[in-house]
Amino acid sequence: MAATPTPLEVRNIKKRFGDTEVLKGLSLKAHKGDVITLIGASGSGKSTFLRCMNLLEQPDDGDLIVHGEPVRFKVTRHGREPADRRQVVKMRAKLSMVFQGFNLWAHMTLLENIIEAPVHVLGQSKKEATEHAYALLERVGLTARANAYPAQMSGGQQQRGAIARALAMDPEVMLFDEPTSALDPELVGDVLKVMRDLANEGRTMVVVTHEMGFARDVSSKVIYLHQGLIEESGTPDEVLRNPTSPRLKQFLAPKY
Amino acid sequence: MLDLQGYGPRLIEGAGVTVQLAILSLLLAIVLGLLTATAKMSRSWLLHKVATLYTTVIRGVPDLVLMMLLFFGGQIGVNMISDMLYDHFDIDLYINFNAFAAGVLTIGFIFGAYMGETFRGAFMAVDEGQIEAGKAYGMGNALLFRRVRFPQMMRHALPGLSNNWMVLLKTTALVSVIGLTDMVRVAAEASRATHEPFVFLLPVAAVYLLIASVSEWIFAQLQKRYNVGFGGQ
Repeated sequence: MAATPTPLEVRNIKKRFGDTEVLKGLSLKAHKGDVITLIGASGSGKSTFLRCMNLLEQPDDGDLIVHGEPVRFKVTRHGREPADRRQVVKMRAKLSMVFQGFNLWAHMTLLENIIEAPVHVLGQSKKEATEHAYALLERVGLTARANAYPAQMSGGQQQRGAIARALAMDPEVMLFDEPTSALDPELVGDVLKVMRDLANEGRTMVVVTHEMGFARDVSSKVIYLHQGLIEESGTPDEVLRNPTSPRLKQFLAPKY
Repeated sequence: MLDLQGYGPRLIEGAGVTVQLAILSLLLAIVLGLLTATAKMSRSWLLHKVATLYTTVIRGVPDLVLMMLLFFGGQIGVNMISDMLYDHFDIDLYINFNAFAAGVLTIGFIFGAYMGETFRGAFMAVDEGQIEAGKAYGMGNALLFRRVRFPQMMRHALPGLSNNWMVLLKTTALVSVIGLTDMVRVAAEASRATHEPFVFLLPVAAVYLLIASVSEWIFAQLQKRYNVGFGGQ
């Protein structure tokens, strides 16, 4: 066991929607500095898997351990639920999520978006949070847009702003849910560049993506999901350059 | 010049009653409306049924009937409680069911049901992604409500809210039946005594119009405030 606890570990996650079992027992362990990419066709369960990691979806079975602390569950007549809401709130504050649809709060300026959770969730002073926010804005190249509302920004700007919002939490792990899928092709590059920088500085990230270039160049581990199961996983070299399963070969074929 | 034949001060007092009654009822209605909307959206079967029963009954029975039911029924209820306290616990308590409180309670109670529907629709109109972002960043339910759900919901609720308020304002004119001296009652009395209805009723109408215009302006400011960030309008 390392001196610092593993940032994020999930074991044997299962999830069904009605009669369809979408996750059939998935496990993943993110060590500090890992960049794990989840790839797979739509419907393979990769986004649902990611959303189980911060409990935006409730897994029907399996364990979730954040920074060494297992999340406690109970079974009610509504199904399996976290036993302690406060534990979930605390756990989520350690995991920042970047959404496909950005989800910046529309009634707040970009700066307000970034300082919102640090001030109200982490209890930072407004001054401290604002200083940090400006440093992050500079990092993602949006200093000039600090006082713009999300609706006044392009998709690429919104997503970079959303990444700044995620960084402001100084998260244990960053979860990216198809962060470039809703962007115009010419805006994808800026967002990917920011993500590459984060990976290079040793951020722990779990990324659901269709960007095979990103998966290949940046990740420490690639996981290929097929129908709710891990079909293949390993280093980008193993999984992307030398796929063994016929399905993964077929999945990769049209793009390479 | 308008000669109010000595009724001026009482009319002004009555207008004060109208305004106080309307504002307090509005506050109660907003609280009840938020509770009703929350109950209707909750997973609890019981809460859902109670809220549905409330809105169905209120919306299906005339305001005037409800007001008399609540006022007279309320006094009987209060008497029953104080009788019971006296019989069983030897506590001698006389509570007078105050007409103003009865008015506020009744109107608040009636409009709480309408507000409930307004708020429910407004809450459902908030984009789920905005809520999810709040959850994902560690907001508990109370914080999420205060910082995201409520401000975003208000944008959708305000048109309905302002409509309900205008109807509520005019409903306060009904309170004279339970003995409250609002400006309509004063005007009615004065008209009967002097046989000059227009002298008293037209100013009353003007006061309602004035309150309505001021409210329109306030709601327009609120709408502007809650539309910030959403472009247009």
